[in-house]
Amino acid sequence: MNSITIIGAVSIIIAGITMAIGSIGPAFAEARAVAAALTSIAQQPDVASTITRTLFVGLAMIESMAIYCFVVSMILLFANPFWNFVITKAAGG
Amino acid sequence: MRISPDDVVLFEYGFVKLNLTIVTTWALMLIMVIGSACITRKLVIATKISRWQSILEMIVIGIKKQIEEVGLYNAERYISFLGTLFLFLFISNMLTILPFYEPPTSSLSTTAALAISVFFAVPVFNIMEYGVINYLKSYVKPLFIMLPFHIISEFSRTLALAVRLFGNMMSGVMILGILLTITPFVFPIVMTAFGLLTGSVQAYIFTILASVFIAAAAQESEGMKE
Repeated sequence: MNSITIIGAVSIIIAGITMAIGSIGPAFAEARAVAAALTSIAQQPDVASTITRTLFVGLAMIESMAIYCFVVSMILLFANPFWNFVITKAAGG
Repeated sequence: MRISPDDVVLFEYGFVKLNLTIVTTWALMLIMVIGSACITRKLVIATKISRWQSILEMIVIGIKKQIEEVGLYNAERYISFLGTLFLFLFISNMLTILPFYEPPTSSLSTTAALAISVFFAVPVFNIMEYGVINYLKSYVKPLFIMLPFHIISEFSRTLALAVRLFGNMMSGVMILGILLTITPFVFPIVMTAFGLLTGSVQAYIFTILASVFIAAAAQESEGMKE
């Protein structure tokens, strides 16, 4: 196995693992947040607008963790600096 | 596969590069400036106002109310900055329903520029309100030890602001691109509708977070005044 194959394979595998592990935590956290917000809205429908606003802001904060993982895996797949380095090295000789 | 509209270079002369992001941003700026100039050209105070004026009033009053709910009570001071942020992000994310349109927010350079302007807006607004001494004193608020943590949090939240918006918008574009190769008939339309929802929520969140940052710093500076 030469270095191009190793870098390509490792990048793809790590991109998949990044998404898989990185989305578990935010998924649980978002589920809990939405469940808590729904309970609160059911108890106090009058303040539904405040709860919804806070919920959206909180969900965005939680979701940004998953988004970071997504950005990292996209960089590994489509804009991989190591891959580009190896390719230019191979092309240049 | 390209990751952002930055890679489409339309014009290049020396170190000056004109890419699709800049051109789309200019087009959006033109649309917004010309649109609001046309609407505000003949404003009237009457019981019967034109349709466009009432839309604009609804938008401005809505943004003002949201800013006040965060805790910035003289919202007129901040609405020129926060409202512009919101309108730019909202329009640029909403126009994804047009074919061949790529939102400038799906490039990290646009979102980083917006996040940096928020980074500078927080001290500027608070120094204007409370003075340099009170603002700087809020950095060492409980103890002097907290100074590095305050500075780190300034930078990390700016980074988070930029990457959050970029990741959300870029993932929308990317998922559409992937779906078009797998199930090109109906399913991309559903994802486009979902992308509209994410886009509007992200525009809202970016603005709310910017106003929360300003309000939090204002509260600490307010505490230093006494």
